[in-house]
Amino acid sequence: MISVGHYLAVSAVLFTLGVLGIFINRKNIIVILMAIELILLAVNINLVAFSAALGDLVGQVFSMFVLTVAAGEAAIGLAILVIYFRGRGTIAVDDANRMKG
Amino acid sequence: MIQLFAFYLFATIVIASAAMVIFARNPVHSVMWLILAFFNAAGLMLLAGAEFIAMLLVIVYVGAVAVLFLFVVMMLDIDFAELRAGFVRYLPLGALVAIILAAELVFAVGAWQAGGVDLAARAAPVVSDKSNIQQIGELLYTKYIFLFEAAGIVLLVAMIGAIVLTHRTRGGVRIQNISAQNRRRPEEATRLVDPGVGQGMEL
Repeated sequence: MISVGHYLAVSAVLFTLGVLGIFINRKNIIVILMAIELILLAVNINLVAFSAALGDLVGQVFSMFVLTVAAGEAAIGLAILVIYFRGRGTIAVDDANRMKG
Repeated sequence: MIQLFAFYLFATIVIASAAMVIFARNPVHSVMWLILAFFNAAGLMLLAGAEFIAMLLVIVYVGAVAVLFLFVVMMLDIDFAELRAGFVRYLPLGALVAIILAAELVFAVGAWQAGGVDLAARAAPVVSDKSNIQQIGELLYTKYIFLFEAAGIVLLVAMIGAIVLTHRTRGGVRIQNISAQNRRRPEEATRLVDPGVGQGMEL
């Protein structure tokens, strides 16, 4: 039967793929944002799996809050991306040195 | 039996499409694979009994976030071939980090399954005679009402921030200013002059 371990395995693979996506696509910030979405999806799967396994609804409630933050983060990130592209004409992030940080 | 089959189907597709998201050459294809991944993750959550979260995943992620990504990818004119330049160079380091992370996660799951960490009592036990949505609603509007409102504020700030960041006022455009028109009074708009003979015009 399906145990919580199965869900944890799927979530671990998804999380790892998200981190790998950030590393191998470090120029393309759109794919980096999508990889962050994958990571948050893995976190949500973890929360829901534990919520189902432990018989506790709080995991699902917090999964909703994670979803809220993910939506806000995508909106702000893409807005920053649009104004960055408007000013520079490219979205290559490895030469982003406008703030001289 | 059918649950097992459904679980492995959803799990396989979600992992395969997540791999395609990060390896696809075209970001538009990445967004499409991301949508597939979200749908199958919703299926996984449905199997776990979280119907409301599964519904929310389809509505919010597929309906809003993925469409937003698609919109931005198609709106910006980007040279994607140039952005993939360092792909092979960063692959070994990324693979190393990913392997270490996966090993850590497997280790954590093994340690958790070995037991020993005794968590506190259930904060909100599942009641079997109510539906999932009703239980979440009762919890969300009573015990977690402040967190729920904080989530609303987060969304409001994100919305205002996105509008303020991307809004730009174009110069040199003639638009109607209704309040200025309504504020206009005769004494500041017209003047009465009394020119002498031969002075009322200039040649």
